[in-house]
Amino acid sequence: MKCDLVVVGAGPAGSMTAKAAAEAGLDVVMMEKRQEIGDPVRCAEGVSKAALKKLVEPDPSWISAEVKGARIRAPDGTEIVISEDRAGAEVGYVLERKVFDRALAQEAAEAGAKVMVKTRALGLLTEKGVPAGVVAQFVGEELKIEAPLVIGADGVESKVGRWAGIETALKPKDVETCAQFLVQDERIDDDYCEFYLGNDIAPGGYVWSFPKGRALANVGIGILGSKADSGTPIRLLRDFMKANFPEGKVLEMMVGGVPVSGPIERTVADGVILVGDAARQSDPITGGGIINAMKAGKMAGKIAADLVPRGEVDKRSLMVYEEMWRETIGKHISRNFAVKEFFVDLTDDDLNRMIHSLDGIDVAELDLKGLLKVLVRQNPKHLLKLRHLIV
Amino acid sequence: MLTVNRYKCGYCGACVGVCPAAALELVETWIEVNDDCTRCGRCAKICPLGALELDKEAKR
Repeated sequence: MKCDLVVVGAGPAGSMTAKAAAEAGLDVVMMEKRQEIGDPVRCAEGVSKAALKKLVEPDPSWISAEVKGARIRAPDGTEIVISEDRAGAEVGYVLERKVFDRALAQEAAEAGAKVMVKTRALGLLTEKGVPAGVVAQFVGEELKIEAPLVIGADGVESKVGRWAGIETALKPKDVETCAQFLVQDERIDDDYCEFYLGNDIAPGGYVWSFPKGRALANVGIGILGSKADSGTPIRLLRDFMKANFPEGKVLEMMVGGVPVSGPIERTVADGVILVGDAARQSDPITGGGIINAMKAGKMAGKIAADLVPRGEVDKRSLMVYEEMWRETIGKHISRNFAVKEFFVDLTDDDLNRMIHSLDGIDVAELDLKGLLKVLVRQNPKHLLKLRHLIV
Repeated sequence: MLTVNRYKCGYCGACVGVCPAAALELVETWIEVNDDCTRCGRCAKICPLGALELDKEAKR
């Protein structure tokens, strides 16, 4: 089989890449190793409404709930509310990834991309030592797909980059190890995303509760890999459930790893581009990856459509992508990596002090960045190290 | 030797992402381990469910 572009992985990054490239006229093959796109889910499913709307027209079928804001709870129980729009408008979506991911793949298909499920990449094809497509296993049978350019959208467990000589292995301090339950409990607040901080609750991470409507929520935990031991996430999540949702019924269980490494050294090689979690483009502070993945996918798809017909797929030509994402989403990712490196080592006293410092200050309409600014202003000594990052 | 408890494993692929030897692979609902495994233990440390175990006594 021959085509212009092979996309490995049909998550948001892969589908956006495939869609953008196919729309621009490339002959695209997108492969997904699972037999079902989007399932099992490995995500808390929260996304900014405004950011998502800039990338795709939201469809009610893949939105579980809309939220008004976020609550952050300090280790001592003090709470603050942010991102609360006074007019009562919703600021965030909690998605149904199983539906969302497939809808994006469908859009790629409608744009003309060929989609292959239960098709797993085994390695890169090479021609004169240069990557020239993918060897895959299609429902158990070997299949060669020749293409001048391969997009690695293969997630946290990415192999495409490693095959091309890009080191993407995550150090324990650069990954959040996560577990999540879909919980039914009358105590769930359908209007707010909640974040719980504390070294006993979630070392180097946080516990979240993202409402999915009708007293359902994704209640999950992320722990920094370097502070975790085998099985810590599921154990601490069960502890949290016992303390906070003792009557909660668990309808689904999810696990996963979230890259929090910040930008890696490079995301292109001859004939290869990485996007999304494969490129470690998730936000090191929030762990959110959907928006960055979609933005990077769109960039990669358009650039592929521009370069492939000209035969310019060597590493140097592909630097256009590298520069474009670093100039845009990369800036936020870099800054938030530095902020994360600082926050993961704070004691509970530090965290409490920080939340207390906001007492009497109106933070309701702030987003995360705005909140960090106020924190730096209120804690000039403690947050000295962060001052240069947040201006 | 690295053993994967398939009854515990949630097949999330986090272990694959941290493996410095690229010795692991997530295939739908199971983890494959190849001979490149150096028994460094990173995968076991970060497994959210504690499904991976390293037998420290075993010699290669």
